[in-house]
Amino acid sequence: MNRRCFIKLAVKGTAAVVLAKGLDGIFRPATVHAGTAPRRFVFLVDTYKCIGCGFCVKACKLENEIPFNANVSRTWVEKYVVNAEGEVFADTPQEARNGFITGRIDLGHGKFKDIPQEKIKKAFFVPKLCNQCAKPSCVQVCPVGATYQNADGVVLVDRKWCIGCGYCIMACPYGMRFFHPVHHVADKCNFCYHRISQGMKPACVQACPTGTRQIGNIKDPEDPVTKIIRTQRVAVHKPEYGTDPQVYFIGLSEEVR
Amino acid sequence: MVLESLWTVKEFFVYPNEYIYWAIQIVMYPFMTGLVAGAFVLSSLYHLFDIKPLKEIARFALVFSFALLMVAPLTLLMHLAHPERSFYVGLTPHFTSAIAAFGVVLFVYASIVASELWFLFRKHLVEVSLKLKGKANKSLAEKIKYWAHKILTLGAMDVSDASLKLDAKAVKILAGVGVPIACFLHGYAGFIFGSVKANALWMTPLMPVIFIMSAIVSGVAFCMLIYIVIMEMKKFIASRKRSTTSSNTLKEIKGVEMNAMQTTVKYLIFFMIFSISLELLDLVFRSYTAVKSWDILRNVIYGKDFINIFLLQYFLGNLVPFILLLLPGLTVRRAVPALLLVLFGIFMMRWNVVIGGQSFSLTFSGYMDYQLPIIPRSLETFKEGLGGVLLIAVMPFILFWIFNKIFPVLETKGTD
Amino acid sequence: MHVLRPLYVVLTLVAIIFIARIFWIPDDFGIHEQGYTYGWYRQTNVEEWKDFTVKYRGRDFCINCHALQTQKLASAHHKNIECENCHGPALAHPAEPLKLVLDRSRELCLRCHTRLIYPTSQRSQIKGINPDQHNPGLECALCHNPHEASRPQVRRSK
Repeated sequence: MNRRCFIKLAVKGTAAVVLAKGLDGIFRPATVHAGTAPRRFVFLVDTYKCIGCGFCVKACKLENEIPFNANVSRTWVEKYVVNAEGEVFADTPQEARNGFITGRIDLGHGKFKDIPQEKIKKAFFVPKLCNQCAKPSCVQVCPVGATYQNADGVVLVDRKWCIGCGYCIMACPYGMRFFHPVHHVADKCNFCYHRISQGMKPACVQACPTGTRQIGNIKDPEDPVTKIIRTQRVAVHKPEYGTDPQVYFIGLSEEVR
Repeated sequence: MVLESLWTVKEFFVYPNEYIYWAIQIVMYPFMTGLVAGAFVLSSLYHLFDIKPLKEIARFALVFSFALLMVAPLTLLMHLAHPERSFYVGLTPHFTSAIAAFGVVLFVYASIVASELWFLFRKHLVEVSLKLKGKANKSLAEKIKYWAHKILTLGAMDVSDASLKLDAKAVKILAGVGVPIACFLHGYAGFIFGSVKANALWMTPLMPVIFIMSAIVSGVAFCMLIYIVIMEMKKFIASRKRSTTSSNTLKEIKGVEMNAMQTTVKYLIFFMIFSISLELLDLVFRSYTAVKSWDILRNVIYGKDFINIFLLQYFLGNLVPFILLLLPGLTVRRAVPALLLVLFGIFMMRWNVVIGGQSFSLTFSGYMDYQLPIIPRSLETFKEGLGGVLLIAVMPFILFWIFNKIFPVLETKGTD
Repeated sequence: MHVLRPLYVVLTLVAIIFIARIFWIPDDFGIHEQGYTYGWYRQTNVEEWKDFTVKYRGRDFCINCHALQTQKLASAHHKNIECENCHGPALAHPAEPLKLVLDRSRELCLRCHTRLIYPTSQRSQIKGINPDQHNPGLECALCHNPHEASRPQVRRSK
């Protein structure tokens, strides 16, 4: 075999090996870590107890460095007012960061609607936050692996890796995600992971004066939240999307969007 | 503070984090890749099936497809919040996401088009480089031209008949292989939308097929339009010369043009019928099954977006050009506005899907209005505004002009 | 066989990309607990989130120094309200900030005390006022003491 043939063969061989290894690295990426975690965080919201004070939203924004006056939030509270005809009016003025200091319905465009007290048959507040779904559609659609589900069920966003395509924001059926106004990456509630990982409660749970918000570990049968979920009538939001949400509601009425 | 609030106006009950995140550049992206796919399919119709009247337009369509292909990723770069990280999709692709397919598909398709162009123009590249090689005292421009052509030949200097036959065969194979890849390039864009179960308007298995069909329509219409423009320019130049030879050339050009046009129109009509049937089927199904989301979708489709959908897309963008193209005795004068309307219709289809899908809230009780930024007051309102659109619209022509210097397609006597 | 030359060019590009990936992909990026669909990420990021600064310290932190106020509050209707809800997050107080900025605005109190009679909601149980009619524009704290909420209003002399 002459030199030319040898070089050709060597180049072809190296190329083949590099190609094979590269493809293997893409289609069968290395499994770095495997195991079952002892914790799976779940959340409980009692909509009977919520008084619409909005301290949870304020605490969340300040704790998680979301600009207070920006119209995005990791959590918010919705108000629902139902009249005698069964008409439902709902709003979430400035995501309830300043609470509900008026009974008017915010219709957008600077327009408001007043509902006379005697016409109100049923009205309540519904706090909402990321459901940390067991089958998160937002994680499924991330093209680069910047958002993921951690071993304990919390869905996190890697700020250094997010390219800002916004696919995860479009894929969330609950509207939980948004672009952080300063970091320009996807952001969402992560159950205050920096707090719960050291035994503290999320900022919203701590701030809530009525015990509306509670966090627990579904894998611990003695956990008070687990006990409620297992023994009381609870509901999840929009189960039809198949995302298997892990935020449970007491009193989730059919008017809730 | 919130960037997207610059072009989103909310009405009634909308979740706080809902804005129109996928704006004009996400409308432009499928429009551009649609033109890419369509131009390639048109080119392949000639190379695969030897449809003689398409010879002129086929070569030109391929070069334009390549130029458009270079511009399509630019729309995405202008959309991304972190464009400098765009290559992460090649580093850690998450293939459960349709967007991750983008990197692979784009690379494969670009390779096919580039290779096919190489085989088509290899003889020309060799001829130019040999001609310039012999020339002493080359100017700087000629030196660059020489080296560019020499490198592009990849050292394959044999232009014997046997060699060129191999080239033609390779072109045929690539044209054939390229068609499904071109369809995939645009079909996956349809999949990106169709698989989002959270969006009531986007979620349908028909979406990838609708996108592919309308892509072919747009690509064919686009190439026909540019071809007509070029032929008209040639006719204008020929008619000004006023001699017997030039009047023969004029007749020749006219004849070729009409032939190519009539054949291409047949294919255009076929794909237009296919495309509009699928869209109407989707609408009929939705209205018939009337699932939970139908109330708000009906308000958007028949109310807020009625003009965009029925007047602009279906009537002006489909029905009118349909009639114009089908009436007997098709002339260039009638074809041009028809083709422009077709392109407009396909653009509106992308708009109605992308923006339309974000016109209603996840609450199904609120709306969002999109206001395209016209005057750029910041980099963001340029990128995702009219400025960005115009830049994308102009780039393919600039690139085509550059590519034409290496892969010339604007002569009647083409090498093949 | 010159026909394979474009293929060689493509394969060379692929090889360059694959080699570049070896250097550019973070070592800890891989499939973790939840599998490829849900667990494809950079492991170090979990630690980065754990290191995020805590801002709200909770009542148990305040009571260390401010026992008197905390106890007063504990005997009143406001006993379930966190200190930081009105006083703002403690952060690294008293190192930084030395004093917390108290929100004395009317709007703070109206969060709960705008009277809203909402059947089925606990909001109905909270005593409140109509903000347009009850001393509009004035700070609630001028007459009411939030730390002794059970006592009737006390008019403070200014």
